[in-house]
Amino acid sequence: MSRRNVSQMAFQIAVRGTASPKFHNVGLGAEAGSLYDLSSCIVFAKDVYMSMHPTEPTDDHSARKAWMSLLAKADAKVVADLWSARATPPHTILRAPEIGGVMVRGRAGAVGAPFNLGEMTVTRCSVKLDCGTVGHGYVQGRSKDHATQAALIDALMQTDAGDKIEQTILEPLRTGMAAAKATRAAKAAATKVDFFTMVRGED
Amino acid sequence: MLEGGFVKGPQDAAHAFRAIMTAMARPGDIREVAGAQPPAPLSVAAGVLILTLCDPETPLYLGAALNIPQVQGWITFHTGAPIVAAERAMFALGDWADLDAQNFNLGTPEYPDRSTTLIVELPMLENAGATLRGPGIKDTAHLSLPETDTFQTNAAQFPMGLDFFFTSGNRIAGLPRTTRVS
Repeated sequence: MSRRNVSQMAFQIAVRGTASPKFHNVGLGAEAGSLYDLSSCIVFAKDVYMSMHPTEPTDDHSARKAWMSLLAKADAKVVADLWSARATPPHTILRAPEIGGVMVRGRAGAVGAPFNLGEMTVTRCSVKLDCGTVGHGYVQGRSKDHATQAALIDALMQTDAGDKIEQTILEPLRTGMAAAKATRAAKAAATKVDFFTMVRGED
Repeated sequence: MLEGGFVKGPQDAAHAFRAIMTAMARPGDIREVAGAQPPAPLSVAAGVLILTLCDPETPLYLGAALNIPQVQGWITFHTGAPIVAAERAMFALGDWADLDAQNFNLGTPEYPDRSTTLIVELPMLENAGATLRGPGIKDTAHLSLPETDTFQTNAAQFPMGLDFFFTSGNRIAGLPRTTRVS
């Protein structure tokens, strides 16, 4: 599968709960070892966002998607370094950070029947700032601090502090990730072999 | 309003589950639970039951009075349980008037465990009123049930039938299909 296809994959998220003993419903009508379906939470996060920003057009989630995606993929240590420069805003935890697994699904060539590519570890967290803004953080890996910081940044990005966060945290993250990608691409490009047809000189 | 989930998920859910299991194993025994602060008009006990028992694989039916955005949002955020029609529900939550009128899944003779478990919100819950007999009860127990006819019919369908939790404030009581009500 080419890199392009991987980036185009449809993601369906199902997180196996490790933080809460959901297996407890054995014998009371449910099955053991159940999976959380986080997709409903993500849809719900959108609903919350929409209800808080009723004047905005409903399809205008691309900006939020972009920064949540950036925070999800960013390196935990880099986020922590950037975040440590500012004071943590007063907030309440709606959902304490919890670690789970996400089934990443893909389609070969971005068409056809979906298959399960594999499971990856994610950590999620939800916070509410004192002003009432709700932020959700879903990050790869097992860092609970990273998830909390991602949730706080998501919440702050929806407030007036958004511009400052954009400049001090998101922009450096974006630049750093672009640089890392460019470096990797350059290294890969250096190994490229150019095939050409040898002139055999028979005629 | 999304606050009010378990603060310490594993511990709170384990304590709640122990109370829920005891309530179902000893019909008429009223237990107290804590840990959830669900949005009004949901009671604490109903919130604890939902947080402990429901997840994305347990479709939930909400009675008319509870089928409001605050309650839906809270349940969706904390459990991910899909809100469905009565026939498809694995759990149902509401007051007695709402739930009594619905057609819930009673299970099948081969799979009686596939029936619906009802969580009935009552204005008050005390050890008075209807007499209970059956497994888990030494001689007799008393519970303030909203009526007796429905529960007698339900018990007569054994092994099929519904199981009930009754909630009021922070108190829960269980009534499995094996209990004979008079």
